[in-house]
Amino acid sequence: MTISRRDFIKWVSATAGAAAVSGCATTSGSAGRVIVIGAGYGGATAAKYVKMWAPDIAVTVVERGAEFISCPISNLVLGGSIQLKDVTHGYDGLKKRGVTLVRDEAVSVDPVKREVRLAGGNVLGYDRLIVSPGIDFMYDAIRNYQQAESSGRVLHAWKAGPQTVALRKQLEAMRDGGVYILAMPLAPYRCPPGPYERVCQVAHYFKTAKPRSKVLLLDANPDVTSKGALFKAAWKGLYGGIIEYRPNSNVVEVDASSMTVKTDFENLKGNVLNVVPPHKAGLIAERAGLITANNRWCGIDWLTAESLAQKNIHVLGDATLSAQAMPKSASMANQHAKVCAAAVIALIKGQPVNPISMLMNACYSFVSDKQVIHVTSVHAYDASQKTMLPVKGAGGVSDKASELEGTYAWGWARNIWADTLV
Amino acid sequence: MRSHLALCAALVIVFGALTSSAYAQDPNAARSLAATCFTCHGTDGISVGGVPPSLAGQDKKYLLQQMKDFKAGKRPATIMHQQAKGYSDEQLEQIAGYFAAVKPAATAPASRGGY
Repeated sequence: MTISRRDFIKWVSATAGAAAVSGCATTSGSAGRVIVIGAGYGGATAAKYVKMWAPDIAVTVVERGAEFISCPISNLVLGGSIQLKDVTHGYDGLKKRGVTLVRDEAVSVDPVKREVRLAGGNVLGYDRLIVSPGIDFMYDAIRNYQQAESSGRVLHAWKAGPQTVALRKQLEAMRDGGVYILAMPLAPYRCPPGPYERVCQVAHYFKTAKPRSKVLLLDANPDVTSKGALFKAAWKGLYGGIIEYRPNSNVVEVDASSMTVKTDFENLKGNVLNVVPPHKAGLIAERAGLITANNRWCGIDWLTAESLAQKNIHVLGDATLSAQAMPKSASMANQHAKVCAAAVIALIKGQPVNPISMLMNACYSFVSDKQVIHVTSVHAYDASQKTMLPVKGAGGVSDKASELEGTYAWGWARNIWADTLV
Repeated sequence: MRSHLALCAALVIVFGALTSSAYAQDPNAARSLAATCFTCHGTDGISVGGVPPSLAGQDKKYLLQQMKDFKAGKRPATIMHQQAKGYSDEQLEQIAGYFAAVKPAATAPASRGGY
């Protein structure tokens, strides 16, 4: 028995609450215990679906943040058409489902004892652990980065939250005629189209408020990694003369005092420096021994999302070693979570695991405050290669940017937020 | 040529049977397929705000025909024609059957306020 007395009381009161709401008299949480680390798109969805599909399993989510802040749509905060509160949601929906939320940080995992230790001192026992930690940054890849970031002058703003707001404030404070630099690492990184959408949003703001200003995108990749022709059409058509795109430009050093970034070839000065370091799986994945690829990512079995390194531990979302042509996206994390939830329930109950796994990705990008483009793909499990492969002939991108797809983008957002959290 | 065709036909039958039996092992296979639609169309196909439309409780034949029309390019779309091509007709039928059987009121959460 590894559950602390305090947590047991939490569970009992949470399940009693759920029973009172639903009028259900059965004892909840007796079939098994699932702990979820992280309540982003992956973890929150997994928690909801385990509880929804198997109310007799006790589900506890450990999340350090008080609220859910969506990365998708958050680039619009930089463009100025929405505020961060518009992409911020509470966790009450999960609680109403009967999920127990513990606001704390998981600091270590004992896969033998099946225990998660929290920063606050509690220890939670599990039958199955779901780790959905998102990304952390490889700060060492860029000289002086941490120093520059702690000075507040250089931001990544690649996790929606305080840095998103701080970056918007820097853009507002910048003089007309200034230069905004966005530097992106080599793929794989979170949200492939994200950088290209971001420069559209900043240019949209400059075009109306500071028309003499420039946007410089330093991309370590050899070309635009997602929706290339559509983004280039928007840059030319909507923001001609504002956005400059430089491929193969890998930033290796930043200097906050002189507001300079250094690539392999040149030094560039900017008025606002938005430098995004390379990513790896969130730190707890490393501490739990889940990293299997390039010291960065977590390999999983795509039928169950179970770690290739640790039994009884499942990994979701951006932290996974992505299969071929699979983006690190909110849609994907949300879809991983449902495959994982079904498998976790089956494994706890001794039922067969679905031998066929399908995943669908849909990703909308705002090239202005209203005009939107999409990319979509369908992925199916290939038993011979034991991985997910994109289904040939399926998927694609928009014909052109449109306001109609803007309506669908907001529909997508409202539905994925509810599907993840309510 | 004739025997080659016969062999192909036999393989199709065998493969079809294998596929069916694989699905039969998991009682929730249709739900797992339909779940790939929930991200955009809402949990169990109950759409928040109705864009894109709710699928829950709709007629199975109608749903299946729409998805087949998207797949064949007969019904114009921004995105559905690209997604429907990712599924076999058998899978589309399972998805249609799942959504047709959902009773919207039974699965709606207590509150969807704010979305």
